[in-house]
Amino acid sequence: MVEALIFYMFAFVLIASAVMVVVSRNPVHSVLFLVMAFFNTAGLFVLLGAEFIAMMLVIVYVGAVAVLFLFVVMMLEIGKVSMKEGMVTYLPVGLFVGLVLLAELVFVYLGWEMAEGAADRRLFPTPDASEVANTHALGQIIYTHNVYLFQISGLILLVAMIGAIVLSLRTRPGVRKQDIADQLDRRREDAVELHKVESGAGIK
Amino acid sequence: MAEFFSEYMLPVLWIAAKIMMIVLPLLGAVAYLTYAERKVLAAMQLRQGPMMVGPFGLLQPLADGLKLFSKEMIFPQQSSKIVFVLAPMLTFTLSLVAWAVIPFDEGLVLADINVGILYLFAISSLGVYGILMAGWASNSRYAFLGGLRSAAQMVSYEVSIGFVIVSVMLVTGSMNLSEIVLAERVWWVDLLLFPMFVIFVISILAETNRAPFDLPEGESELVGGYNVEYSAMTFALFFLGEYANMILMSAIAVILFLGGWLPPFGIEFAWLSWVPGIVWFGLKTASVLFIFLWARATLPRYRYDQLMRLGWKVFLPFTLVWLVVIAGALLAGDALPVM
Repeated sequence: MVEALIFYMFAFVLIASAVMVVVSRNPVHSVLFLVMAFFNTAGLFVLLGAEFIAMMLVIVYVGAVAVLFLFVVMMLEIGKVSMKEGMVTYLPVGLFVGLVLLAELVFVYLGWEMAEGAADRRLFPTPDASEVANTHALGQIIYTHNVYLFQISGLILLVAMIGAIVLSLRTRPGVRKQDIADQLDRRREDAVELHKVESGAGIK
Repeated sequence: MAEFFSEYMLPVLWIAAKIMMIVLPLLGAVAYLTYAERKVLAAMQLRQGPMMVGPFGLLQPLADGLKLFSKEMIFPQQSSKIVFVLAPMLTFTLSLVAWAVIPFDEGLVLADINVGILYLFAISSLGVYGILMAGWASNSRYAFLGGLRSAAQMVSYEVSIGFVIVSVMLVTGSMNLSEIVLAERVWWVDLLLFPMFVIFVISILAETNRAPFDLPEGESELVGGYNVEYSAMTFALFFLGEYANMILMSAIAVILFLGGWLPPFGIEFAWLSWVPGIVWFGLKTASVLFIFLWARATLPRYRYDQLMRLGWKVFLPFTLVWLVVIAGALLAGDALPVM
């Protein structure tokens, strides 16, 4: 009973904050609600017994991705008015897309059927949760059985990262940069010159 | 109803009692850490430090606390009120909840979870929100600049902390903090981990925004950083949170590298065996904390670009390479932990 109560608490706060992300008029508040939504999702994962995924969600999404969001949103001075403007024009389109996605999910869920005996013939069956801790189970699946697929997805991400850097990198002329090696190379003889100034003559 | 009481209410009350047994000594430790900081700084600068309140100034932290309690809270007019109040509460709460998984002695831990080290990492990565929210909600240039600086700094140093933690997990083969302490280590593995320990200590200085990386609150340029606009209890919560975080990070360093509650250097004298593990744990934590104070008394503040350079261009490549070195050495020396 208490488990169910805790589940409904997480679920309710999750949905409420997800709604607030969209409805909130201040973009910074939106991001903070997004963080709350992530956090409650992690709570749901813990309830499911998937503690590793829960922690990863908090570390990756809350600790890194949402911080960058918050950073960008804080720096941009989006007025409250401009956030409100698109509402009327975009609302029908958004609702339509959302409905299509929901319908697709429902169709998939209703039409999902597994061939007879397919579960027994899996190459790498899901490890039994009562025997292996779920971190070890994930490790076995990702790093032992499917290591090549994992490496390929890593490579794809690497290519995407390099692509993003190449596309956004522009060299600007005339930017002064600190060259540490150059600074350390500097000796007194290169920088200071001693002149004997004749007294009374001034600077010529 | 009786069943509900015995099955849920009693355990909940018992857990609440255990939480109080952790939090109250922790708050005491925070109070006397501020005293220790002032005394150590004073000794290093040939001053006397707090002297007047109580013998040797021992009651000074209580007097300071009382003063902060009785002051008036001030809200800037243009501030975002809810976020402004939430920020210090968040910082303080986060610095307390992390203690749930810290093992003080064998079996003396509130929640002995499988992914303890990830939990600590997750909680410490949340700390940046309190500071960002404070900086933004104050609606003041100084506070905002302090918040942004702090966020960038904490995110950068978390990356190298992550790699240090991964290397410890690689050596011990576990993410449970008690198992990490108890894991058998070969002497050369400890030697390989030593550079990681040095990097970890420097990174936690940056992660807790302490000198010489205290740019978020650099008085000389930002007045007081993200907490300029805070007063009375809201300020006190930030202050308590910062010091509780220092103790927490020292405790993590002790658990990962210094053998937790076990006697140091593996000494096994008969006349020392009666010393409870929690005493060793406290002494080790205190010695790491001393490094914090020592660094503050002796090192000048970093420049911001140097701080970023150190994080991204020195620590990150080094920890990456060293992780591979450790993994290779473990494989070659047949010292990989077996499941």
